[in-house]
Amino acid sequence: MTSNQDYILQVRNLTKTFAGIKALNDVQLDLRKGEVHALMGENGAGKSTFMKILSGLETPDSGEISLSGTLLANKTVREAQRSGISMIHQEILAVPELTVAQNIFLGRELTHWLPGWLDNRSINQQAEKLLNHMGATINVRAKMKNLSVAEQQMVEIAKAISNNAQVLIMDEPTSALSYKEVDVLFKLIDELKQKGVAIIYISHKMEEIRQLADTITVLRDGNYIGTYPANELDTHSLINLMVGREINNLFPEASSQAGREVLRIENLTRQDAFSNISFTVHEGEILGIGGLMGAGRTELARAIFGLDRPESGEIYVKGQRIDITSPQQAIRTGIGYVSDDRKGWGFIPELSIKHNLTLASLPAHANGTFIDAKRETESAHKMIRELRIKTAGPDQKIAQLSGGNQQKVVIGKVLLASPSLIILDEPTRGIDVGAKFEIYKLIRQLAADGVAIIVISSELPELIGLSDRILVLEKGKQTALLDKAEASQEMILRYAMPN
Amino acid sequence: MKNTSNTYVDLVGGSPNLRIKGLGQYGIFVAFALICLALSLTTRNFLSWGNLMIVVTQVSINALLAFGVTFVIITGGIDLSLGSMVAVTGVVAASFAHPDTYPVAVPIGMGLLAGLAIGAFNGFVITRSNVPPFIVTLGTMTIGRGLALILSKGRPISNLSDSFNFIGGGQLFGVPMPIFILIILFVLCAILLNKTILGRYMYAIGGNEQAARASGIPLNKIKMVVYTLCGGLAGLAGILLTSRITTGQPNAGAGFELDAIAAAIIGGTSTSGGTGTMAGALIGALLIGVISNGLDLLNVTSYYQEVVMGIIIIGAVVLDSLQHKKK
Repeated sequence: MTSNQDYILQVRNLTKTFAGIKALNDVQLDLRKGEVHALMGENGAGKSTFMKILSGLETPDSGEISLSGTLLANKTVREAQRSGISMIHQEILAVPELTVAQNIFLGRELTHWLPGWLDNRSINQQAEKLLNHMGATINVRAKMKNLSVAEQQMVEIAKAISNNAQVLIMDEPTSALSYKEVDVLFKLIDELKQKGVAIIYISHKMEEIRQLADTITVLRDGNYIGTYPANELDTHSLINLMVGREINNLFPEASSQAGREVLRIENLTRQDAFSNISFTVHEGEILGIGGLMGAGRTELARAIFGLDRPESGEIYVKGQRIDITSPQQAIRTGIGYVSDDRKGWGFIPELSIKHNLTLASLPAHANGTFIDAKRETESAHKMIRELRIKTAGPDQKIAQLSGGNQQKVVIGKVLLASPSLIILDEPTRGIDVGAKFEIYKLIRQLAADGVAIIVISSELPELIGLSDRILVLEKGKQTALLDKAEASQEMILRYAMPN
Repeated sequence: MKNTSNTYVDLVGGSPNLRIKGLGQYGIFVAFALICLALSLTTRNFLSWGNLMIVVTQVSINALLAFGVTFVIITGGIDLSLGSMVAVTGVVAASFAHPDTYPVAVPIGMGLLAGLAIGAFNGFVITRSNVPPFIVTLGTMTIGRGLALILSKGRPISNLSDSFNFIGGGQLFGVPMPIFILIILFVLCAILLNKTILGRYMYAIGGNEQAARASGIPLNKIKMVVYTLCGGLAGLAGILLTSRITTGQPNAGAGFELDAIAAAIIGGTSTSGGTGTMAGALIGALLIGVISNGLDLLNVTSYYQEVVMGIIIIGAVVLDSLQHKKK
């Protein structure tokens, strides 16, 4: 193996097989000190497995990993940490009932001279020093559960730094952060770079990769595709490398024409969430809703769908004033909702794809109270075909599908209830670029079929690419309703940011 | 893809996922068969018609309760008031079952009604408050015991009519009545769970309550029905027990809820909700009955029987969790 002073971490011919399927096949990586190295690939490309091996959660079948020129035998998380590799997880793994300081020193508590006797004062002092140094103002005595996601992430990073991490792995670190918090994170990443920490960065957001990455390594189907300097690779070619085929236009052309009014909202208000919201959506139209996290977008969607009750204001569906009091009623009225929290609100993990698909339209799949299994299977096959859900069959458990395919099942569930309006909240969150493209096409297709659509998105290119009109919220207030022609990222952000 | 061409499995245990085709469900059937085989080899009487009829008759009450609590556990809840409900409904039924008073339908109807009412009370409190089912039904367990003692003035109610006593003690074509009742209710419960919208909604609520709500499932209505149904089944169990012992006993049924929950869990119902089958509950109840019968035949004292039963419950759940880990 060639050893180079510049490289902090070198990976050669890493291979890992699960149940006879190669999750990783001869993967390489050369990581320089102080660089942000983006690891790109679709879901299932092997990124997670790769990172799990580096952080000691999995052991490879073969291959070599060397840190600063010494060959590693990564066996456990502890060993990985000791050797200087730390991972900030996608879903944050903190102990919610412990304090910030206790979490930072979890697993290597400071003790007095008596073994096992905690030295809480030193733990708190050192944690405070660490966080101050990072420029974070977090009370180290606060319980972890009382922190925002961004703050929790800061704590995780502090923990990694206190471990003397030389390599920091960040898996979708911004997926739950607001724009502002993302800024703070990016500044911190810059500082870490200055100090020579190497960062492996995983994200589905092209914008972030453009902004942060120095080097990009692409994986596809467990294979190593290549490593490129970030400035030599434009977004278009990067996507093509990841997908392995040509995707020319990520956002399909609008082909629909707005028809009759489907939904009209007038002065809708729910305390502490949003106030005086008014807009209309028509058949075949896609209305985008933009805004920062906490601007009240999801709350608005939930109120329209009957999950929460608004205090005042009116909702009209096809000209009829309706008081929506429950999701059942919303569905009966022709409103469908795809939540931003797929695991929490989208599907039932124990049920099959088929049974998830028909869940919102069971009366239509039954004779009286008895479920018509044949009709159910037919509907499931139809949705699997039309939405191109990649599955072994309708009886497969939904939990076994990739995120993108799970999302398609959730959308299929909503579609089977034949809605005239669909609200999609962050429809591509955590979904890889190939599946994203398919979901965009699907949304456009639905609009072309005359369905009215509301898309809530934090990804500005997505919001602009999909929407015919864009409603912008700021702290629960409606600040703009833009036409596609006039909307730009800068403009949306201006209306979305508090002055 | 594995596929089951077995319509039996489809009717009685067609879980909404592939679980039925995996080892989870299989394991308990195999274990049951092995234990039966072992007992028929080591004891003289186990396989005799008489003994088998006794075992199944004894099992029938626990099985009815297990069916009810399986519904509840599938939705992610629990019902600890089963034993008390057996006592209340038994006492209520007995008060209307004296000879030459009412036709036999009256005590049956009143007992059943009492069970449905207590179950509905559970459902009402659980859906109207944020109090966990564990606590609510724990309270109902005590209330029910008190009610049974109040209604009976603390004394057993005996002198019941022959037609009432026939329910638990009679035979039809040489087969004890409880066995017929058991079979009929098993089929009804299995159909309800696997073939109806209500059954599917139960799995959905237990699997992910939020997603069920967002799919337009009326959570409170379904839960209300489920607890009421469980109460109704407890009512039937209470009637059956009262008829079998020909007395309405206010102290009857103590601890029955734990046997019923154990049967459901041994049968593969997960206490975290979303999975479980009626076939599993039935086998679980039969397993408990067969083991206790077998230990009797082997002259093992009841002290040891308790220990064995506990080990089996833990063993069943450990096996189940090991299988889940493998996946």
